[in-house]
Amino acid sequence: MHRAVPFAITFVTACVLICAALVPPVESIREEFTLFFDILAAFAFLLGGASLLGQHAAKIHRQAKGWAYSAVCLVSFLTTLVLGLLKTGGEGGLGGSVTGEGTVLAWIYEYVLGPCGATIMSLLAFYVASASFRAFRVRTVEATVMLVTAFVVLVGRTFLGGLISAWLPPSLEWLGIANGVQWIMSVPITAGNRAIMIGVALGIISTSLKVMLGIDRTYLGEDA
Amino acid sequence: MTRRLAIAIFALTLLLLALIRASTGAMSNPFADEQALGVWVSAALTLCMLSFLYGDNPFFKFAENVFVGVSAACWMVMAFWRALVPNLLGNLAPEVPVALFGMDLPLDVGVGRRLLYVVPLLLGLMLLTRFHPRGRAISAWALAFIIGTTAGLRFVTYLGSDFLAQIHNTIQPLVVLRDGAFDARATLSVVVLTAGVLCAMAYFYFSREQKGLLGAASRVGIWILMITFGASFGYTVMGRVALLVARMEFLLRDWLGFL
Amino acid sequence: MSWRGRPWQWETDRRLVYVIMLLSVVGPLIWRISFREHPSPMVQEIFDAIEALPPDARVLMAYDFDPSTDPEVKPMGDAFTRHLALRRAKLFYLTLWPLGQGEIDQVLRRVLLAEFPEYRYGTDFVNLGFMSGNEGVIAVALTDLKKGFTTDAFNASTAGDNGMPIMRGIDNLRNMDLIVSVASGYPGLREWIQYAAVPGRIPIIGGAVAVMSPELFPYVPGQCKGLLAGIKGAAEYEQLLIERYPQLDRPEARTALDRMGPQTAAHFAIMALIVLGNAMYLLERRRERGRRP
Repeated sequence: MHRAVPFAITFVTACVLICAALVPPVESIREEFTLFFDILAAFAFLLGGASLLGQHAAKIHRQAKGWAYSAVCLVSFLTTLVLGLLKTGGEGGLGGSVTGEGTVLAWIYEYVLGPCGATIMSLLAFYVASASFRAFRVRTVEATVMLVTAFVVLVGRTFLGGLISAWLPPSLEWLGIANGVQWIMSVPITAGNRAIMIGVALGIISTSLKVMLGIDRTYLGEDA
Repeated sequence: MTRRLAIAIFALTLLLLALIRASTGAMSNPFADEQALGVWVSAALTLCMLSFLYGDNPFFKFAENVFVGVSAACWMVMAFWRALVPNLLGNLAPEVPVALFGMDLPLDVGVGRRLLYVVPLLLGLMLLTRFHPRGRAISAWALAFIIGTTAGLRFVTYLGSDFLAQIHNTIQPLVVLRDGAFDARATLSVVVLTAGVLCAMAYFYFSREQKGLLGAASRVGIWILMITFGASFGYTVMGRVALLVARMEFLLRDWLGFL
Repeated sequence: MSWRGRPWQWETDRRLVYVIMLLSVVGPLIWRISFREHPSPMVQEIFDAIEALPPDARVLMAYDFDPSTDPEVKPMGDAFTRHLALRRAKLFYLTLWPLGQGEIDQVLRRVLLAEFPEYRYGTDFVNLGFMSGNEGVIAVALTDLKKGFTTDAFNASTAGDNGMPIMRGIDNLRNMDLIVSVASGYPGLREWIQYAAVPGRIPIIGGAVAVMSPELFPYVPGQCKGLLAGIKGAAEYEQLLIERYPQLDRPEARTALDRMGPQTAAHFAIMALIVLGNAMYLLERRRERGRRP
C-alpha cells in the first residue's frame, strides 16, 4: 500500500497522457488530468511559502545566527502576502486584478521585486568579466577554438559586426562578421546544440519510461 | 582599510551626491508621491545588492531577505488568486467566489464536474501534509500524480518535438541547387550541419571505445561542441551586460537625473 | 588594493576588473553613445512575418519572464506590441510565470494604452494573466483555452456569449494566427514550441534572453519562424520598426538601441580583459620554460 498506490497513480496518469496522444477520445481525460496538475502546481506554491515561513520562524525562535535577517524576510513575506491577498489599493476590491494599477502589489513589483531581481542578475556581468580575465586561457587547441568563437560572437553582436560587413563589396558581403556570426549560429552551433538536444530528448524519454514503469522511484524517497 | 569603512565611505559619497542632485532639483523629492518614493526605494535596494561586489555585508543581506520574502509572497498570492480561486473553487463551488469576491464566473457547473474537482482538492491537501512527519506517505500520492503527469506529457512531447523533429531537420539533401545551379555555400552549410550533428553525437557515444572512425568523428565533435560553448559564452556575456546596463541606466537617469 | 606580486597573482584585486566593467558601461551611458543597427536576416524574417499578418489577426502574446531578466526581453515585448498594434492585430496576453503578470500590466499601461488609445480592452486585446502549471497550461490551452483561463486578469469570465467580444470564436490555441513568445527560461519559448506550435501546427516567433538563445536555434526555422536573441536582437528589431514606421523614432521606442553603446563598450572591455589575462599567462609560461634546465 505504502509503495503500490503512488506507483499505480504514476503509472495510470502517465499512461492516460501518452494514450491521449494516440487515441483522440481520451483527450478529454488528458485535459482534466492536466488541469488537476495545474491546480496542484498552485498548491506547490503554497507549500513553498509555508516552508519558508516555517524555516525562518524556527530560526527566529532559536535565535540562531542571523535571525534578524530571518525577521526581515518574514516581515517582507507576511506584509506582501496580506497586502496581496487583500488586493490593497486596487480598483474593484477583491474582484479586481491582483496586480492592477494602483495596487500595493504592483508598487512592490515595480520598485522592490524589479530592482532586486535585475540587480542580482546584473552582478553576474562583473563575475563573468572577472572569471574571463582569470580563467579563460588558451591552454589547448580546443580552448582556443572556444575563445575565437566567443570573440567573433562578442564583436558580431555589436554594431561593429554590421559596420565591418558594410565596408565589403556586395560580392564579398558573406565574409563580413555579421554574416559570419549568422552562419556560426545557424550551422556549427545549431549542429552542436541539436546533438545535445537529441541526447537530452533520449534521456527524458527513457527517464519518463523508468518513472512510469516503476524502475525509478527516487521521487518516493527510495534509492535508485 | 577595513571593509566596513570602505562601505561607509561609498555610502556617504552616494548620499552626498544624491543630496547635491536633490538640492539642484535634478532628483525628485522622495516624499513627493508614491512613484518618487518608489524610485528612491529601488535605488537603495539596487545599491544594497551591488554592495555584494565588495563582499557579503549587512546591506546586501537585508536586501536579499526582503527580495526572498517578497518573491515567495507574490508567488503565493498569484497562485491563490489566479489558479486556486477561479480554477479550483470556480469548479467546486463557483457561488463562493461570485458572492465573496464579486468574480464573474459561470454558475451552471454540473454536480458531476463539482465532484470531479474534489480530486485535485484532495491531492492538493495531501501535498500540504508534507509538513507533518507522518504525512510524507500521504503527500507521496499527490507527488506521484505530478510525476506521472510530467512523465506522460514529456514522453510524447520530447519524442515528437525534440527527437524526431530534430532528426527530420537534420536530414536534408547534401547537394543544394538554386535555380538549377549548384550552390556551393548552401551545400557547405548543409554538409557542415549534418556532419556536425553526427560528430557531436559520436562524442557522446560511450558504448564503444572511441578509436578509428568513431574516434576521429568524436574529435571533430569536440570542436563543434567547443564552438557551441564559445558562442554560449559570448551570448551569456551579452545577456549579463544588458542587465547591468539597465540597472546603471536606472540609477543615472531615473534616480540621479543625469541622463 | 594590493599590487604586490606578479601580475598573474593579482587575483585578490578582482575589484579592479569590476571598476573597468562599471566604467565601460557608465561612460557610454553618460555620453549617450548609440549606433545604427544592421538587422540580420533572421530579425528581418520575424519582422516580415508580422508585416504579413492580415488586419485583425489573432496573436497570442506569451510573456514568460520576470523582473530579473526584463531589461533584456522587455524591449522585445514592447517592440512586438507596438508592431502588432500598428498592424491592428487582436492581442491575447498571458503568462506562465507568476511574476509575469506584472510585466503584462506594465506593457499594457506603458505601451498599448498610452500609445494606442484606440485599442479597447476586451475588444482588441485581453490580459488573461497568469496560470500555474507550466507546460500543463499550454497542453490544456491547445485543446481548450478557456478551461485553463476561466477568467482574465480582472476576473471577468472568458466563457459565454455575454463575455468579452475578443474571446468569441476562440476555443483553443489553434484559433491563433501567430504565437509570440517572449521568454527568459523555463517555461518559455521552448515549451510553446514543443506543446503548442509543433502539435498544433501554429506559426510561432519569439524573443529570448541571450543565455538561452543558442539552445533554441535548432528549432529555427523548422519549428519556429524566427528568434530575437538578447538585447542585440531587440535593437535590430527596433531599428527595422523605426525605418518602417518613422513615427516610432522616439526615446521610449528605442530602449534597446540606446543600450547598445554601453553594451558594445562592455563587450570590448571583456575582450580586452581576456586578451590581457592570456598575455600574462603566455608570458609566465615562456618564463617558466626559460627557467627549466
